[in-house]
Amino acid sequence: MSPPTLQVRNLKTHFFTRAGVVRAVDDVSFTVESGKVLGLVGESGSGKSVTGFSILGLVDPPGRVTGGSILFKGQDLATLSEAAMRRLRGNRIAMIFQDPMMTLNPVLRIDTQMIETVLAHAKVSREEARQRARDALGQVGIPSPEERLHAYPHQFSGGMRQRVAIAIALLHKPDLIVADEPTTALDVTIQGQILAEAQKLCAESGTALIWITHDLSVVAGLADDIAVMYAGKVVEQGPVVDVLDAPLHPYTVGLIGSVPSRNHRGEPLRQIPGMTPSLLNLPAGCAFRARCPRAEARCAEPPPFAEYRPGRFARCIHPYQEAVAA
Amino acid sequence: MTVFLLRRLLQAAAVVLVMSLLVFLGVYAIGDPVEILISPEADQIERERAIQALGLDLPLWQQYLVFLGRALQGDLGLSFVFNEPALRLILDRMPATLELAVGATLVALVIGLPLGLYAGLRPHSPVSKGILAGSILGFSLPTFWVGLMLIMVFAVQLGWLPSTGRGETVTVLGMRWSFLTRDGLAHMVMPTVNLSLFKTSLVIRLTRAGVRETMLMDYVKFARAKGLSPARITFVHVFKNILIPVVTVVGLEFGGTIAFSVVTESVFAWPGMGKLIIDSINVLDRPVMVAYLMIIVLMFITINLVVDITYSLLDPRVRLEGKS
Repeated sequence: MSPPTLQVRNLKTHFFTRAGVVRAVDDVSFTVESGKVLGLVGESGSGKSVTGFSILGLVDPPGRVTGGSILFKGQDLATLSEAAMRRLRGNRIAMIFQDPMMTLNPVLRIDTQMIETVLAHAKVSREEARQRARDALGQVGIPSPEERLHAYPHQFSGGMRQRVAIAIALLHKPDLIVADEPTTALDVTIQGQILAEAQKLCAESGTALIWITHDLSVVAGLADDIAVMYAGKVVEQGPVVDVLDAPLHPYTVGLIGSVPSRNHRGEPLRQIPGMTPSLLNLPAGCAFRARCPRAEARCAEPPPFAEYRPGRFARCIHPYQEAVAA
Repeated sequence: MTVFLLRRLLQAAAVVLVMSLLVFLGVYAIGDPVEILISPEADQIERERAIQALGLDLPLWQQYLVFLGRALQGDLGLSFVFNEPALRLILDRMPATLELAVGATLVALVIGLPLGLYAGLRPHSPVSKGILAGSILGFSLPTFWVGLMLIMVFAVQLGWLPSTGRGETVTVLGMRWSFLTRDGLAHMVMPTVNLSLFKTSLVIRLTRAGVRETMLMDYVKFARAKGLSPARITFVHVFKNILIPVVTVVGLEFGGTIAFSVVTESVFAWPGMGKLIIDSINVLDRPVMVAYLMIIVLMFITINLVVDITYSLLDPRVRLEGKS
């Protein structure tokens, strides 16, 4: 059997700031098979975006990957030179960013930005590159792509710009796409269209997809597996249906409880008390224990990442084994 | 575009009109040229005749209208001192100043952009810190002092470069230029370097700040995520974005250099417009002063127009619409 598209093992990405070491990603592991979608869920500052950037080798100083391994089709990306990494980026591994208003260079035409991506990885003529760019625009549902190639980013709406960014990511039919909250800045209707297209793409071309989001309802309809991150660590992992139906970790339970549609009409919205701790001085033991309704003395010890049910992992010593009334 | 240009032209005309009034009044307020121009020994009749010849006997508003009427026909009056058309006097000196200003601006761009780019891309390297320290010197050392030091070292002690004048000139398009002869170029070196010092520092700082800001933008990170080479990211994605502020400031600086390169021209005895205007102010040569300031106003208007058009070429979001 061929190795999975992406295997992240004990990844650690730390930022060495003047105030101290920020453990943005601390011992994160997951696997994405080809054609599958992994939902990486967490609040702001939980380390999910940094995980994405670590995979592409785009962590900016003062941050750097300090430990663990990222195996892409069995090959450890940490052993690759910068030049070899560059040949993978945009080619075999592509990324889509959160804010479509910011990801396209405002002073360059769409065709310039697309053709350069084609030519960076394929030895083809300019005309051929142009045709590929046009086809990619058509593929993501941009009307009259030939004319739109001449446009500048500011002549597109936010949703259209995100489609252009997605088209750029698709140019080389990558094996893996890291999508960092690509629909957060968009209207709900546009979000639905883009989600449907992402799903179709994975099913058709066998692309593995990591969908980073804070929105559980997005993941529910899209992902196969889910990894919930909290304070730089994965606290719960498993198939998406199982995790959402029967969460193990109190944090996941809290997250699910905070989705408005899950709450009953007329009752105050349930929320997780407190706020995410500063990554600069995390308490020893479970990082969630200050906000956890089930916290006890033993939580001051670092909890193990254990398999509580087949395929269901959680980093908690007293997970919800019983069904939670939602 | 046409609407934009037409509207700009009208605006320019209005600005020139207002400026002419201000300049005329301002210069009138400075002092009475009669006291300086007419010898104290002249008797009353000679005095009256001279005043009448210069048109100074009329009330101020009439003087202004006469001036305006002639100016519309391209006649900005005769210099009190040289008895030559003020305009021609200035245009004669213009090439000297122009070649100095263009030279200094080119030097500033050719040296400043690469150094600024380097300092912006590697903000923590010792070389970058050296470049920054150098730019602080360029900002703070007074021009006249640097000019004198240049003369001391390169003209007096080493004897490599001539210290004064324009050297040999060639007449092209009816104007005399130094930069086309070897001797003229040698004469240009020191004044150009002296004049470009401040500008180079400015370009370094602007470029560095722009690069550091742009490198943090998402579109640069996205360009890296596309697998582009660092050279392509720097020279296409970053460079085009930082040019916008650089063009603005260099444009204004260029105008400033032409108008006010007085210090450098004095130090190197460079016969340009700056020296002419200082001499004219000393003897209250009113027509020359007025003509000079009018030309400077026109020049700034032109430079601003060119900068605006350059903007629209650099940044597609800028549209040259007639909106005011």
